[in-house]
Amino acid sequence: MIEINGLTKTYGQHTVVDDLTFNCSSGEVLGFLGPNGAGKSTTMKMITGFVSATAGTASVCGHDVGNDAIAARRRIGYLPEGAPSYPEMTPGSFLQFVADIRELSGSRRKERIDEVVARLHLEPVIDQTIDTLSKGFKRRVGLAQAILHDPDVLILDEPTDGLDPNQKHEVRDLINSMAKDKLIVISTHILEEVEAVCNRAIIIANGSILADDTPQSLAATSRYHNSVRIILHSDGRFDEIRSAVEQLASVTEVESIRNESTIIAMTKTSSERQSGYDAWRDITELAKTKGWDDVSAQQESGRLDEVFRQITGGASA
Amino acid sequence: MNMTKALIKRELMSYFATPVAYVFIVIFLILMGTFTFYLGGFYERGQADLSGFFNYHPWLYLFLVPAISMRLWAEERKSGSIELLMTLPITPWQCVLGKYLAAWAFTVLALVLTFPIWITVNYLGDPDNGAILAAYFGSALMAGGFLAIGSCLSAVTRNQVIAFVITIVVCFGFLLAGFPLVLDMFSGWAPQAVVDGIASLSFLSHFASIKKGVIDFRDLVYFSLLIGAFLYANTIVLTWKKAD
Repeated sequence: MIEINGLTKTYGQHTVVDDLTFNCSSGEVLGFLGPNGAGKSTTMKMITGFVSATAGTASVCGHDVGNDAIAARRRIGYLPEGAPSYPEMTPGSFLQFVADIRELSGSRRKERIDEVVARLHLEPVIDQTIDTLSKGFKRRVGLAQAILHDPDVLILDEPTDGLDPNQKHEVRDLINSMAKDKLIVISTHILEEVEAVCNRAIIIANGSILADDTPQSLAATSRYHNSVRIILHSDGRFDEIRSAVEQLASVTEVESIRNESTIIAMTKTSSERQSGYDAWRDITELAKTKGWDDVSAQQESGRLDEVFRQITGGASA
Repeated sequence: MNMTKALIKRELMSYFATPVAYVFIVIFLILMGTFTFYLGGFYERGQADLSGFFNYHPWLYLFLVPAISMRLWAEERKSGSIELLMTLPITPWQCVLGKYLAAWAFTVLALVLTFPIWITVNYLGDPDNGAILAAYFGSALMAGGFLAIGSCLSAVTRNQVIAFVITIVVCFGFLLAGFPLVLDMFSGWAPQAVVDGIASLSFLSHFASIKKGVIDFRDLVYFSLLIGAFLYANTIVLTWKKAD
């Protein structure tokens, strides 16, 4: 649905997006990750045709965003960064305006407007000027505008930025509920969001793709992947447990956080694990034999934030 | 065309959703009245015509039209709504045309609201109403010229004050293009044909016959070309640097 080929944007000497190539298709929720200034927004602006590319092409549903811009934009719903709208309008009149431009008419128009208003809970503020709305409502008005024409491709630039936890949760639910038959691209620097809604993550820094995988596989490259977190519920045996765990053959390294009474046992790489090293099994057995009954343990699947820092390390100036 | 219409509707709604429209119209009418009766010597002239009224239109437009046009694009840029507008399925030309026509309609509305002066002159005497209608038409056309210049220059910057000042300067140049103030800058070095060309761009000379009620085809062509050229330039400016 989106095909990007060698997309490049330079401002003078400064290359913001550098030879980006990727494709994505319906059913994907693509998380665009990267430090501030990595080129996330610029890439989205090029896909929506707001910024023209210095080199390369982007097409949406087969329509080139440069040569066939109007056809491409008909298929896209776009929430620009900061959810700009017209502050003097009301959400109601604003949606009517967007419906006019999107050429929605008749019963479908009413149906769509009613649906987005209900879905984003805009009823209480429908006749208030957008200027007077809270940040959360402004963002929801922007989202309503983006999904009004039920687009095939939804591009959301930091959709939850500045929202409170409940609102973030609602937006994520909304994205999840629409994910099945659409392509959704979101940019964010909130990693838990990627884990919550995305089935593909692209990490970019300095305009280039550094990683492109599912959030789970990305997290699996973390050194915490499959590590065992041991939490002690009483003091006294910290050093004893630590040294016992350290001696296990399947444990490569131990990190201890004494004031949280926590020990993290790092384990071998996955290929070595397949040949029989299993820290989780060893530690639980050890706990049974030694009678550590005031201890709880859990296995970690890896930490995206750690992978992110590792991959983009030094890239965020 | 539907999209242009939708945009015109939105723009006009926005004018009246804020005090801008009301403040503008009230000031416009007060100044029109003041100029006509005091500076234009409406009563003293003892003639049943509106030349004292129309004489001051170019000068009022010089300051009031840039006040409308300055926000057209600079505000969209500043608030970021330009990104929303330009990523909707609407061409830059439709955007430019829609916003321009809305601004023009608004200006014409303000102009139409000066009708009491027409009633007054008809009450006092027996003026040539055809000539007055023609002069109104010419005045609206000239306002359209000012607006096209202002719209184009508003797209250059995100700062409304800069847009306002630059528009006044450029419009002032166009007003006085046929006068020594402007021509002297060119007559020293430019060939005579260029100087003549510049002189023929003057708003004042093209408005001179219209305000007397004579609609010359050349004046119509002049204003239409001027509006078309600046709106075209506006579209190009917008396409080039909409994201800056």
